[in-house]
Amino acid sequence: MKRKIVSRLAEVFCAVCVLLALVPLALILFYVIKEGLTSLNLAFFTHLPKPVGETGGGMANAIVGTLILIGLAALFAVPVGCIAGMHLSEYPSTRFSSTVRFAADVLNGVPSIVIGLFAYGLLVLPVKRFNAVAGGFALGLLMLPIVVRTTEELLRLVPAGMREGALALGATRSRAVFSVILPAALPGILTGILVALARVAGETAPLLFTALNNQYFSTNIFQPIASLTVQVFTYANSPYDDWHRQAWAGAFLLVMIILTLSIVARLAVRRLERMNRA
Amino acid sequence: MKIHVQDFDFYYGDTKVLHGINLDVPERQVTALIGPSGCGKSTFIRSINRMNDVIPEARGEGLIEVDGKNIYAPGTDVVALRRRVGMVFQKSNPFPKSIFDNVAYGLRIGGMRDKRALAETVEKSLNRAALWNEVKDRLHQPAMALSGGQQQRLCIARALAVDPEILLMDEPASALDPIATTKIEELIWELKENYTIVIVTHNMQQAARVSDRTAFFMLGRVVEYAETNTIFMNPKVKMTEDYVTGRFG
Repeated sequence: MKRKIVSRLAEVFCAVCVLLALVPLALILFYVIKEGLTSLNLAFFTHLPKPVGETGGGMANAIVGTLILIGLAALFAVPVGCIAGMHLSEYPSTRFSSTVRFAADVLNGVPSIVIGLFAYGLLVLPVKRFNAVAGGFALGLLMLPIVVRTTEELLRLVPAGMREGALALGATRSRAVFSVILPAALPGILTGILVALARVAGETAPLLFTALNNQYFSTNIFQPIASLTVQVFTYANSPYDDWHRQAWAGAFLLVMIILTLSIVARLAVRRLERMNRA
Repeated sequence: MKIHVQDFDFYYGDTKVLHGINLDVPERQVTALIGPSGCGKSTFIRSINRMNDVIPEARGEGLIEVDGKNIYAPGTDVVALRRRVGMVFQKSNPFPKSIFDNVAYGLRIGGMRDKRALAETVEKSLNRAALWNEVKDRLHQPAMALSGGQQQRLCIARALAVDPEILLMDEPASALDPIATTKIEELIWELKENYTIVIVTHNMQQAARVSDRTAFFMLGRVVEYAETNTIFMNPKVKMTEDYVTGRFG
């Protein structure tokens, strides 16, 4: 009898904890959807921001800007991160590898604002102009450790038998890695990349000193560029009701982009895994 | 002699696991390696195609010749060696690719691009591995969808595709059910017409059924090596007799 009561209590306690963890998420989603949806319209996607006082306008420039920024980030972080991860999994116990692994973990813990300052010093100061490349680089630096570590972990999960099978057929080591081991780990690596992208798509701080913002439509990566996060930040801080509504719509769109990336990641994995395992 | 082994030692770091192995493997016959777990059979068979090279701190000393050439001589092309000495592993290890691409893998890395030739060799290899009829309608489906026994025959087909002269089999049927095992054994019987086969097995009936010659390994040494009939019916060494009659091991 006593055992049953204790068990019951433990169950209730667990359920309450789960609820506590989920409530903030539900509230955020509820609020963002409620406020965001009502402020969202076609103009939001197609128009540029209007000056204060004029109603309407949209964030077309910021939507495109965010896509360009995360594209630049991926362009930098994916090749570098994947190759570094491959090195770590191929030579796991050299001193160099331990150093790289440690460095990646430290980089993962560096505050994003510091990363922004670093990119500012490296890519903004020398050219004396805020630019999209610097913003993409800062986001890429934030992605890099995640990509490195997931690539390494997933490559090491590939059964050793597959490597031996390839080597026994006369494959060189690099051939075995690229034609067998990497494809076997690809679904997981792809998810890792998408999750990392989703994470940096929501970053604001590293963009403040790098990509800055832009009230106009620009796809020039050597010029300042708008982004959803910075735009939301600016608008939410303003005293104008109209801008607040736009900020809500921007926040809603950001959440949707991140949600979509996560869902696409899941679907991609399921598809590829069906290919692999059936 | 297809394979000539003389005074071959093998070390993992400071631990000596093979002691002065002497063994001659005749061409186009099946040679079985039996012995209790940990006696060095797998280490030995993996030395013949230098699969142990990938293990850090592992090294072999002594002589292993394939067709009269020392495969541990400096400057030996390991890739070329492994194309002549194919291997099938204990655990079937198909690649996460289609059935066709698995068999074609070795051909493609060898530089074969011609689609017709690829398709022909894939069909021939699957036929030789007695798998063609079961998979001919689904060549482009994932290999992982095959049953365990089919996967193992696929791995055999994959090894045969590159046209090796020697086939090393490291307990190829130990993870399979009796029916799949029978198929593999029949296959070995047919393959020896064209290939020299060395097979590690834990199953003594299997060794008796499929092999022409048998070597009994114990604690890293070859205790006795002779015609399979002799090993099982009339062994010279007491230890061999005790092992094959199941008194230990």
